[in-house]
Formats: sequence, structure tokens, C-alpha cells
Amino acid sequence: MNFEFSQDQELLREQARGFLDENCSLSDVRKILEGSESYDSGLWSKIADLGWLSTVIPEEHGGLGLTYYELSVIAEELGRAIAPVPFSSSVYLAAEALMLAGSSSQQQKWLPKLAIGEAIGTFALAEGAGRPTPKSLTTTASNSSISGTKIAVPDGDIADFAIVVAKCDGGDGASVYLAELADVARRKVSVIDPTRSHAQLQFDSSKAELMGSEGTGWSLTSQLMDRAAVMFAWEQVGGSASALDQAKEYAMGRYAFGRPIAGFQAIKHKLANAYVKNTLARSNCYFGAWALAGNEAELPLAAATARVSSTQAYYFASKENIQTHGGMGFTWEFDCQMYYRRAKLLSVALGSELWWQDRLISAYERSNQPITA
Amino acid sequence: MDFNDSPQEAEFRAEAVSWLEQNVPSRQELQGLDEIQRCKLWQKRKYDAGWACIRWPKEYGGRDATAIQSVIWNQEESKHSVPTGIFGIGQGMAAPTMMSWASEDQKRFHLPPLASGEHIWCQLFSEPSAGSDLAAVRTRAVRDGNDWVINGQKIWTSGAHYSNYGILVVRTDPDVPKHKGLTYFFLDMKSPGVEIRPIKQISGGANFNEVFFNDVRIPDEQRLGAVGQGWQVSLTTLMNERAAIGGGGGVGFDRVFRLAQEVTIDDRPAIENAQVRSALANWYCQESGLQYTGYRSLTALSRGETPGPENSIGKYVGASKTQDMASFAMDLLEMSGALQDPQSAFAGGMYPGTYMGSPGLRIAGGSDEIMLNILAERVLGMPQDIRPDKGVPFSEIPTGSNN
Repeated sequence: MNFEFSQDQELLREQARGFLDENCSLSDVRKILEGSESYDSGLWSKIADLGWLSTVIPEEHGGLGLTYYELSVIAEELGRAIAPVPFSSSVYLAAEALMLAGSSSQQQKWLPKLAIGEAIGTFALAEGAGRPTPKSLTTTASNSSISGTKIAVPDGDIADFAIVVAKCDGGDGASVYLAELADVARRKVSVIDPTRSHAQLQFDSSKAELMGSEGTGWSLTSQLMDRAAVMFAWEQVGGSASALDQAKEYAMGRYAFGRPIAGFQAIKHKLANAYVKNTLARSNCYFGAWALAGNEAELPLAAATARVSSTQAYYFASKENIQTHGGMGFTWEFDCQMYYRRAKLLSVALGSELWWQDRLISAYERSNQPITA
Repeated sequence: MDFNDSPQEAEFRAEAVSWLEQNVPSRQELQGLDEIQRCKLWQKRKYDAGWACIRWPKEYGGRDATAIQSVIWNQEESKHSVPTGIFGIGQGMAAPTMMSWASEDQKRFHLPPLASGEHIWCQLFSEPSAGSDLAAVRTRAVRDGNDWVINGQKIWTSGAHYSNYGILVVRTDPDVPKHKGLTYFFLDMKSPGVEIRPIKQISGGANFNEVFFNDVRIPDEQRLGAVGQGWQVSLTTLMNERAAIGGGGGVGFDRVFRLAQEVTIDDRPAIENAQVRSALANWYCQESGLQYTGYRSLTALSRGETPGPENSIGKYVGASKTQDMASFAMDLLEMSGALQDPQSAFAGGMYPGTYMGSPGLRIAGGSDEIMLNILAERVLGMPQDIRPDKGVPFSEIPTGSNN
């Protein structure tokens, strides 16, 4: 049995944590929360210098060609630090979509730029309230151009291009396009977590290149979501562990009735339950990382499992972190809000808990394998 | 990452697999034997071939196996339907305590018959007024010459009625603080004055007992640890307890998933219902999370490390999951869900049976609340509760009307 990160990967974790402690403290995150910047561009360029953006991009496209285990380690640490950078859009979604379905010229054009942070990419699916389906899509495509409105596109205000899901009359009902955003009308929109900026994109016969074949867009979207879900889950687990640390630290130092509130079972049991949820979620993330790294048939099941349990763990830890802080946790001045904001943003950004629960059972129905080893 | 054995582990597994294939008792061999006889037959067969209690030293009946070998053996043995139920407390809890605290002669005398299944042991710890607060035991031991004379009552003693020996923690000094007045013994369960009465559980079964001590004499040689050191000795036993209590029973994700495929809601398979899918997904996440947490612990063992405390969440999560899934499965069965009638109940009444049995899982071997305290204190490093009885002589500690 060898179900752990390697020594080298743990070393990478140490370096990543040290770097982020120094360059991405909660007060650094707060600057983005309270300021008008869309992201921390200084941190972003340092992250690019460290090579993190290029972790899984093949060497032929200027990447490091490492595995999803290394990317998992980085994702967890970025989540722990609530890093205000477009990492998830550019790395887990845009680069991943290019590697999954990009033509060789699309890959040659964009992957080297994504690898060094010279370009930022994103993924645009949502068009309104409710769960998107091919039927619900209103963005249309014709003659290498697309028209339609995409809402709540993460990093849509700063991205150079977007991977856009558009309606298609044939095939599985959708096609995926790569659209450069320089000439696209876009409006920055406020979201629950201002440390991750979002925009509404208005495509109006905007130039776009098909990715993959026409009418395969929904299947491609689903594969992309599975792959990104594992990395989102690692970020969620990292954030959740950090929120629990913060709650515990506060409870140890906060006195009531003549003793630290950490000694009261109402608090101990709350935080022990957060620990239990975090541990289960983390172990499911290992399962997800294993499935992604080996491109295993279990990936859809593993991704959904990691995603559902991490979403639940982060929600629980971040809300109970506020609760443990009492009234102070509800103040703007305290940092508890940052975990609570990020938890919900990550939870809806790639599809809700309900959606992923459904995907989990669908994956199990397809494989129909008992999970006993 | 992978799920593969190292070459040495693979070799050991192959050896275990091949021995099991040739030696697991056939249905005919077990026919006509009661559960205890079946367990003893299988245990003796393992012992004779060197596959009993393999983690123990050879001189005590074991095989000197490593921790990971022991896990591999358990994995392979559990793939067969073999009778093992009755030895858990003796081999899993009494034996490690004996290894740490008994004399060399006692170990050589008592451990091999534990390994061979000749002797069954039980654990006499809990009392009507001492459960989670175990150090509050009141059963008294008074020195008389070379013997101790025991009077009092123990409770929840699994298997007392068929055990040869028992491990026992009693109060030898009520006038010092409670943890300091305890002493630990082992005794012959056939000693005069030991009276055993079965306790009927809410599930209808009677797996455990009340045990009364009326002037029972135990020789001083059967004391483990010093007089007054009983709490410390008990901790050796308790540390091994949670590993011995399983989370489960037969109601797991896959079974309820299949049930949801089989039964209908509004004439459609229940599995198509969003609420059903959502609930099942959550249980899958728990089951999978526990499984992969187990794999991480195995990896630590495989690397020669001690697994972290994260594995202690298994009983806590598993017990409630079992209870909730049984309850949910009965809901899926709608108005037939409550049936336990052997002729008409679905799946032989397994779901109501588990529903009635599962409350015990959440209490045995450390209640949910105690498990959370342990996680909070030992893993997260949070402070212990304030204890009004701390430093107070046991005889002056207040008691309530339910004690």
C-alpha cells in the first residue's frame, strides 16, 4: 500500500506553505477584499516564477510535465491561503480544456503563455439561475463566431480568452469554443468573494474557434468538470483545514466563565466534527488525485466524491469558525468572513453540492461496482 | 500513489491466500456445531499452522509478524466467511494488557491458550454507575492474607457466560482521589461467588451480562501492576478497545443503493428521486472517506510508521452511518418497512434489525461523545473538561439519583 504523497511532494508542500505564509497572509488577501484590484498581480507573477502554473503542462508546451499529485499539493496550499489569484480558472479549467480538446495549434498558441502567466484563461458556462444543460444554453455559434451572454465568469474581467460552451443543434447539444476576449464587451460583477473577481461577458458575433468536434461540447464540459473538481476539492480541503485552525486558535485564547472556551464540550464537539469532515474529505481527495493522475475509469466517481465531501467540509468549518468567534466573527474587522466567502464561492463555482451528489450517483450507476477493495 | 503491495507484502499475501484457500472450514465441517465450537475449531486450526494472533511473539503463540502483515492477514481472512466472533476481547484487549503487565510465567501460561482459542476472556470494567466515567467504579477489593476479596457488580460484560477468564478493575482505596484508588486483576470466571445474569437488549438479543461478585477471592499473584495503579493498566486495555469495535454490520452504501434501484417512488425506481440520490451520495462520501483514510493508515504501517489518530474516526462515523442508513432503508420500504415477520419481512428483516442494533454501536467502546472528546483533546489539543471530582477522595464525590 502506497497511498500517500511522496517525500518530494511533501517537500514541495513545505516550500509552498512557506512561500504563501510570506507572500499571501490574510492581511494580503484583505487588501484585495477591500481594494479595487481584481487580483494580487504581484503574487501572481511570483507564482508564475515558481513554475506552479506550468505544473502539469507538458514540457513540449513549456510546462514542467509533472503529475496531478504535485498540482494537488499546490492546490491545497493555495486553498489554505485563500489566495486571490486566477489560478483555478487559468490552470484547472483553461489549460485543462486545451490539453483535453485543443487542436495542436491552439495548444501551441496558448499553453506556453498560460505556463508562464503571460496569459490568463477561463471557462464560461453559466447563463442564468439554475443548473445548466444543453437545452438551457442560449449562446449560439455560427461561422466561427459566437453570440450570447455568460454571467458570473470567474476572472472574466482579466482573462485573455475564455473556453465557452455554446448550443449546438446536433450531437450532444453543445459545442465548446475558444474565444479571445480583447474585443468582447465585459462588465465586472460583484460576487460574494471579492478576492476572486468575476465578469459578465457579452458575445456579439465574436470571433471564436471550435474546440474538439461540433456536438461534443457537453461531454467535453463534463470531462473538464470532473478533472477540475479534483483540484477545486483540494483547494476546499485546504481552506477548510485553515478555517478549523483559526477557530481552534481563537477558542484556546478566548476566556468565558473563567476558562478558555476551547474547554467546553459544545465547542470541542463542534470542532471535532469539523476535523472528522475534513479528514474524510481529504481522504476522498487522495482518491480523486489518484484517479486523475492515472486517468482511471473511476475518475467521475472519485471527482464527485472528493467534490461533495470537500464542499460540505468547507461550508461546515467556515460557518462554525464564525460561530466559535461569536459576535467578533461577524465583524468586518475579523478574518473569518474570508473563509466563509471563499467556501460558498468554490461550492457554486463549479456546480453545486446537489449537482455533484447527482453526478456521484450517476457515476456509481454507470460503474455499478461495490467499493469494497 | 498506488494500492499495490511491496514485493515482500505481496509474497506474504500470497502465502496467506493460499493457506486460507486450503484450510477454511467447509460447510460440512461446521455442521452441527454451535457458534462457540465453530469459532474454536477455526482458531485452533490457525494456531496449529502458525496463523493465529500473528502479530504476537512466537513464544506466546504468535508469528512475530509485522503490523502491515497483520493487516494483510485480516484483509484476506475477512474475505472468507469464517467464525471469529468470540475471541476479540481476549486477543484484542486482555492479551495486550497481559503482555505489558503480567509476569513472564503468566504470559507463557495464559497467552498461548488465548491464541489457540482454548480460552475465552471477557472484560469486567463498566458498572451501573461507571460508564464513560470509568474511573468511578465502586466494586471493592479488600486484602485478606494472600487474597483479595471482591464485592460489587459489573455490567455490559460481553461473553461473560462462556468466558474462562476475565480482566477486572476494582476499587482498593475509596479514600484517595478516584483514579488513584484502583487496582487491576485477572480472574478465573468459575471462581466461587461469581454470578452471571444475561441482559436483554432492545434488539432482543442478549450478548452481554451483569456480573455480580459476592466475596469472590482472587490471589494477589493475579494482580496486574501495583496496588493503586489500576487506572494506568486500564489505559493499556482501552487503547486497544476502539480498534476492536467495528463500525458496521451489513447495511452499507451498496446494499441501500441496490434497494433504491429495486423499490419505487411514484411508480419510478426510487434511485431516480433527487432526495434519495442526495442522501445516498452523502453516505458514499462517508464510506469512501473512511476507506481511503484506512488506506492512508496502512501506508503509514507499510512504511514502518505509526498511523496518526485520524483512524479513530472510523467507529464514530460508521456507527451513525449504519443507524441512519437502516432508518432510511425502512423509509424506502414505506409501509412494509417496519415488518420483522420472518415470512413477509423484506431481506429477512435486516433493516429493522440493524435499526434496533445500531444504537449500541454508538455507545460501545466509547460513546460518540467520548470519541469527540478524544478527537478534540488528543488530536486538536483542546483542554480537558473541568472536573469537580478532581483531587477529591472518591468516598466524598457526590452521586445522583440515577446512580
